[in-house]
Amino acid sequence: MTKIAELYVGDTLSDIELDPVSRIDLIKYAGASGDFNPIHTIDEEAKKAGLPGIIAHGMWTMGNLAKLFTPFYEEGFIQEYAIRFRGMVFLNDVVTLKAELKQRDEDVLKFDVLAINQDEKPVLKGQVVYKLA
Amino acid sequence: MKEMIGKASTKVKNTVERGAVKKFAEAIGDLNPIYFDEEVGKQSRFGANIAPPTFARVFDYGAIEGLNLPNKGLIHGEQIYHYERPLLVGEDVYCYSKVSDYYEKAGAMGNMGFIVLENNGEDQDGSTIFTSKSIVILTEAYRKVQQV
Repeated sequence: MTKIAELYVGDTLSDIELDPVSRIDLIKYAGASGDFNPIHTIDEEAKKAGLPGIIAHGMWTMGNLAKLFTPFYEEGFIQEYAIRFRGMVFLNDVVTLKAELKQRDEDVLKFDVLAINQDEKPVLKGQVVYKLA
Repeated sequence: MKEMIGKASTKVKNTVERGAVKKFAEAIGDLNPIYFDEEVGKQSRFGANIAPPTFARVFDYGAIEGLNLPNKGLIHGEQIYHYERPLLVGEDVYCYSKVSDYYEKAGAMGNMGFIVLENNGEDQDGSTIFTSKSIVILTEAYRKVQQV
């Protein structure tokens, strides 16, 4: 594996394609995060809220996206992580996680990060600032 | 709602619990041993296991007096974390919440309200470990129902 410190501007981290979103994924996340808003787990509640079906917690997708950087933990840490929630993630959606190095100032690496669904529509967009130790 | 700007909760002591970190890592499919294998943690540059950056959402930040926003119908627009260093498994973190801004804008969903909520964590000496901001959108429909 290439070190994160050896990346050049324009380089990307390896994409991660998640398994299709399942209800059990969201039930697990509800339990682990304490976010029991029922639009993420119960169909009738999602429909009452005007949604076609349950949607993933935005923070579930944001949590997933950060794992692009986990393999590099020996080099530093995520200093800043900023996300805009752009689109909803539904059951069976296939989400792909991406990161591209946009700027580098010595030990500070600035990435654009993105999560897209199977139609290439962005569901999450933002930045990660990775601080080398 | 504007009068809530600047209001904060009292700090709540939280612990970065080992089991909770592992469950959280599992729930986001990030099963790197740095989060739960004690030996890997000890050998790492942090000297301990760490928690994923979004783990901070698990903490209790206390209630802001007078701020009562039922989850139902709220839209999470943006989330920003800033870390001085990663959270360490086993450490105590003193967390509080603060309303840092509120503004209104006309948009696709009527006259919408935007609350900027800060959720911050400090160590026992009062030094910042992380700060975070959530921008939460109150649609016109929500504001009518909740009268905010």
